[in-house]
Amino acid sequence: MNASNPNPPLWKRICDTTGLPVCRDAEFFIKLNAVCAVVFLLVGGLAAIALALTRWQAVHLLPVEWFYRTLTLHGLNMLIFWILFFEVAILYFACTTLLNARLFSRKVAWASFGMMLVGSLMVDGIILVGQADVMMTSYLPLLAHPLFYLGIILVAVGTLTGVFNFFATLWQAKKQRTYEGSVSLVVFGATAAAIIAVVTLLHGAVVMIPTFLHSLGLIAQPDPAWYRLIWWGLGHQSQQVNVCAMVSCWYLIGSITTGAKPLNETVCRGAFVLYILFINIASAHHLLVDPGVGSSWKIWNTSYAMYLAVLASMIHGFTVPASIEVAMRAKGYTKGLFGWLTNAPWRNPAFAGSFLSMCIFGFIGGITGVTLGTQQINIIAHNTLRITGHFHSTVVGGTSLAFMALTYYVVPLLFRKDFVFRPLARIQPYLFAGGIVLVSLGMSFAGSLGVARRSWDIEATGSVHGPSAHLFLAVLGLGGIVAFAALLLFILLTVGTLLFGESNVGRPMADWGTPKTLSTATGHGHGAAAPALAPGAEPAHDTRGTLVLALVFLACFAVYYFANWKALADVWPVR
Amino acid sequence: MSIHSPDADWFKAPTGHERLWIGLAVGWCVVLSLMMPYWHFKGRQNSSGESYRTTPDQFKARVERFSEANAPGTKGNFEEGINSEVPAPPGDIYLIAKQYFWYPILKLRAGETYRLHMSSADFQHGFSLQPMNMNFQVIPGYDHVLTLTPTAPGIYPIVCNEFCGVGHHTMVGKIIVE
Repeated sequence: MNASNPNPPLWKRICDTTGLPVCRDAEFFIKLNAVCAVVFLLVGGLAAIALALTRWQAVHLLPVEWFYRTLTLHGLNMLIFWILFFEVAILYFACTTLLNARLFSRKVAWASFGMMLVGSLMVDGIILVGQADVMMTSYLPLLAHPLFYLGIILVAVGTLTGVFNFFATLWQAKKQRTYEGSVSLVVFGATAAAIIAVVTLLHGAVVMIPTFLHSLGLIAQPDPAWYRLIWWGLGHQSQQVNVCAMVSCWYLIGSITTGAKPLNETVCRGAFVLYILFINIASAHHLLVDPGVGSSWKIWNTSYAMYLAVLASMIHGFTVPASIEVAMRAKGYTKGLFGWLTNAPWRNPAFAGSFLSMCIFGFIGGITGVTLGTQQINIIAHNTLRITGHFHSTVVGGTSLAFMALTYYVVPLLFRKDFVFRPLARIQPYLFAGGIVLVSLGMSFAGSLGVARRSWDIEATGSVHGPSAHLFLAVLGLGGIVAFAALLLFILLTVGTLLFGESNVGRPMADWGTPKTLSTATGHGHGAAAPALAPGAEPAHDTRGTLVLALVFLACFAVYYFANWKALADVWPVR
Repeated sequence: MSIHSPDADWFKAPTGHERLWIGLAVGWCVVLSLMMPYWHFKGRQNSSGESYRTTPDQFKARVERFSEANAPGTKGNFEEGINSEVPAPPGDIYLIAKQYFWYPILKLRAGETYRLHMSSADFQHGFSLQPMNMNFQVIPGYDHVLTLTPTAPGIYPIVCNEFCGVGHHTMVGKIIVE
């Protein structure tokens, strides 16, 4: 491989820490997109704290118009801008460094970035001047200023352009044989994300272009139920892009911090393929109590070929920790069921963030998601704070936290500066995870008491929900303060490092802490096939600890799921 | 490592704990899938999505007729924004949502079964019946029919839980069950 060449061609440099090739063009656009992502994260975060302190009824910070305006701003900046900019950065990384390839085109990357940035600024501007108080979903017949829709279309087209650059780079790398054999698992996962992104963004075009034309008064209003169906083809599937990107981050970080490698490439790749194939009509999860679509449509599209996308997440949820367990046991941490886990590099913020992201995504996000998305159970969840409780644990506790975790390597490796205030960085993932768990649980319990999402004040309707609703809204508010503090800390750390961090050019980055191989290590880990095995046979992996964790997960899932059926059985009969 | 190309012979069946877990996960997904058809036939709470095309004007007229028939003298109240209590016999009953109220206040009897027609005169709204926390979507142009049976007497607030404008949080109606 060229990685060992002492004089690499000018278009790339060799990373001083990992020895991996870094395409200079890609590096520039990764940095550009990542910086923008963090700026939009800050905007979304400022909105978030204002919202949390408004829903906490004892504080009730914002006036009513600004609450809904801020909510629209928060949704778009967090769910769309922060995540899309960061994902484009991840795609550029995956298709260049990991394939030893050169980015296909600078011009295309500029075009993509330019459209995304202009579109995002257009949307934020029009929201802030009060011309788009329609929430992120902008359900018709609510209508915003045409620039709102145009901005979203620009962001979508810009992202598609970036995704095109990714595919073109893959194609070029394949043609020029920059790598041998199959692409690595992380590239495979990123490709899955990119494929789903194309399908998603096409839905966005189908729904946003007519709505834009309608807002200009050029065509009649599209049907509001049709709008919901197609909009959620954008809104829900884009979350599957996040899931793919996040799972790729888990594999990547597990690999960097503990040397983990997939137990079985077929299983991990197969699970990514399941995401691509079986997530298409997840839009249905938002229409489960809608008119216009019937029972069989709802049931089929909810379970869609036996929940195979859920199966995919349950597989990744096992294989990621299992691969870490195998790697840690191979290093000699073999004591008991969980010796590998207790000795994991918990002081490494990337590892801690990634593992916490996995736990929050699985135990809270995944379990609530499947349960609330069950056709009939949705009756006691739709449009309540239970829904927001669910997706704050998937998108924030899961995806955003995984992206933050990755940043602890992105900054030293690509910006080539070592982090400032390293002790603070070590606690940041814990603080953020703790805050988001409180936010999510506060929302979920308040929602179970009937508190609506997207509502400025629950007092105006009288004491419908009882005093415990106020308690849980306070938990939401307190969690919001903690999570916002952790978000600010993250931004201070990254910006502080970019400005004042010590350059690590010419030497490896300062180590966050990776587990050392113990002298007692038997080497019976992955890749060291015991000689007694028959040729071609795989060594049996010791993943007892992960299996126990997975069984605990399954038990929690079953309890929550059936408890919700019981709760449903207690309400008025309806059909 | 996950960041390097796998060995050439990477295409293999899973083994050991991994295979066990995949088996358990598949089994659980089958349970999840079967629960919904099971509940559809055996359970008493379903969202069948029964609905008909309508228009805001047609539906407004239908609600006014219903309200006048069961509570004489209430015609025109909806347009003026005055709510009316309408005692309703079992069968078809009507509820319309409009920025920012639910019309009319339905008076029902416990144990009877009603076909509740819901639609909107303007934007999308969310029908959220408290404290049971039963939630259904209300979309203009669609007559959404819920066949429901109140089980116990009481006063049940209807909170709007789909954002419908700046007064959204004040949009609350009620169903009285005797």
